[in-house]
Amino acid sequence: MTTATLTRSASRTAEGYGFRSVARMEWLKLRSVRSTAWVLIVFAAGMIGLAILVMAHQHWATMSPANRASFDPTNNSFAGPALGQLALGVLGVLAITTEFSSGMIRATLAAVPRRPVLLAAKAAVVGAVTLVAGEILAFAAFAAFAAFAVGEAALRAPAPHATLGQPGVLRAVLMAGVYPVLIALIALGLGAVIRHTAGAICAVVGILFVLPLILVPLGTSIQNSVGPFMPMMIAENSLTAVKPQSHTLSPGLGLGMLCLYAVAALAVGSWLLARRDA
Amino acid sequence: MIEARGLVKRYGSTTAVDNLSFDVRPGTVTGFLGPNGAGKSTTMRMMIGLDRPDAGTVRINGKNYHDLRSPLREVGALLEAKAFHPGRTARAHLTALAASNGIPRRRVNDVLEITGMGKAADRRAGKFSLGMAQRLGIAAALLGDPAVLLLDEPVNGLDPEGIRWIRNLLKSLAAHGRTVLVSSHLISEVAQTADQLIVIGQGRLLAQTTVAELSARSNSLEEAFFQLTEGSTEYSATNIAYQGSLR
Repeated sequence: MTTATLTRSASRTAEGYGFRSVARMEWLKLRSVRSTAWVLIVFAAGMIGLAILVMAHQHWATMSPANRASFDPTNNSFAGPALGQLALGVLGVLAITTEFSSGMIRATLAAVPRRPVLLAAKAAVVGAVTLVAGEILAFAAFAAFAAFAVGEAALRAPAPHATLGQPGVLRAVLMAGVYPVLIALIALGLGAVIRHTAGAICAVVGILFVLPLILVPLGTSIQNSVGPFMPMMIAENSLTAVKPQSHTLSPGLGLGMLCLYAVAALAVGSWLLARRDA
Repeated sequence: MIEARGLVKRYGSTTAVDNLSFDVRPGTVTGFLGPNGAGKSTTMRMMIGLDRPDAGTVRINGKNYHDLRSPLREVGALLEAKAFHPGRTARAHLTALAASNGIPRRRVNDVLEITGMGKAADRRAGKFSLGMAQRLGIAAALLGDPAVLLLDEPVNGLDPEGIRWIRNLLKSLAAHGRTVLVSSHLISEVAQTADQLIVIGQGRLLAQTTVAELSARSNSLEEAFFQLTEGSTEYSATNIAYQGSLR
């Protein structure tokens, strides 16, 4: 033990903590746990793997003319978000629930007593990391699908693919990368509300996968009116679709709805985080 | 300097802290004593804003914890041994906390050295023994070189060498003019380091005194402590049942 390091230094910097320094902490936290890498690997595998899987099961040669007319190769490149959204949803949940399960939250809140600043910094870091991963893999999935289609067409039978220059395609690819980001932010908000890893992941799965199933027995009219507002329906029918489909939100409106969900989840999470004892 | 005024904390129908007021002064180690369930941890949690008091205030160097601009540079707290992610290394844990308050990275090495954690710094904290976890908690508390230190049962899980180390550390911190509040349910342990005492029971202040004054009240310090806390222990066992078999 050295006495020198225990002597309080006379000159101290007066700078306080703020959004930037707290975001820096959150970035260091996110990259220093193994779960982050695992989740991103699952995300990458899901995005690329499902694109290839779907492509491998397309049979253009035997398709009916009606199916050929509605075939949307861009949209078909993005089966991956079905799995990918779960991976990044888990990332968003873990960013806050592991703080509660480990007791880390008490060290964190001692360092950052203004709790909304903490959640805002977490949202910024989770959002930035998932946006980079989402966009890289959206383009990678699109490219993998197109490459596979080109190969298929050359080797066996004709198989159409989309190019980024076609109308609406670039928008669809960009939005495919944004979608899992918004799911991760919704999940972060739910994590702040629920505070338990298992419970929060169940809530994410419930919203993404179970809610659409509940609509099925309620009849076509409810499905057609409520269904388009489900996150996964927005992803499949609004964000990544190039050919227009019935009973769907426009891409812009779909993106707006998802942003609204994320803002609502984070607002409730922030409010509860600030109110409750930690 | 810590000033608690009329602190109240209720959990449902039980009152954990009941109109508690006291001062903790700099330059000396203050023992915070009381039986299990007396409200020590709850009070310390309110000091750093983890729990919100139902009434009353606690001020640290004249300010509410929530209003501190750089809390880790003003207050260091060890409230629970395991306040870290088990998958993160000790160094990564400290580096992240330091970043939040703009504390230079070299300070992480300093506190790792002070707490004797240098060799374990790059191991995942989840593998630590309770004693190592406690040292990591103390390292985190010392990160910002704060003027006020709050330690809840810091000797828990430490071996005799570790206990002696922390006693000396606390004395040295106080000797440098810091405010040091150390909770314990063992008067004998606290008496090794503390001069000032705050004794609570069932959430109420029983005494704000000194070790010397309390030990003068009875034959021994321990006896005086038992007399003071008598009637406010939550769980009291009777030893009568064992007398027969022992004879």
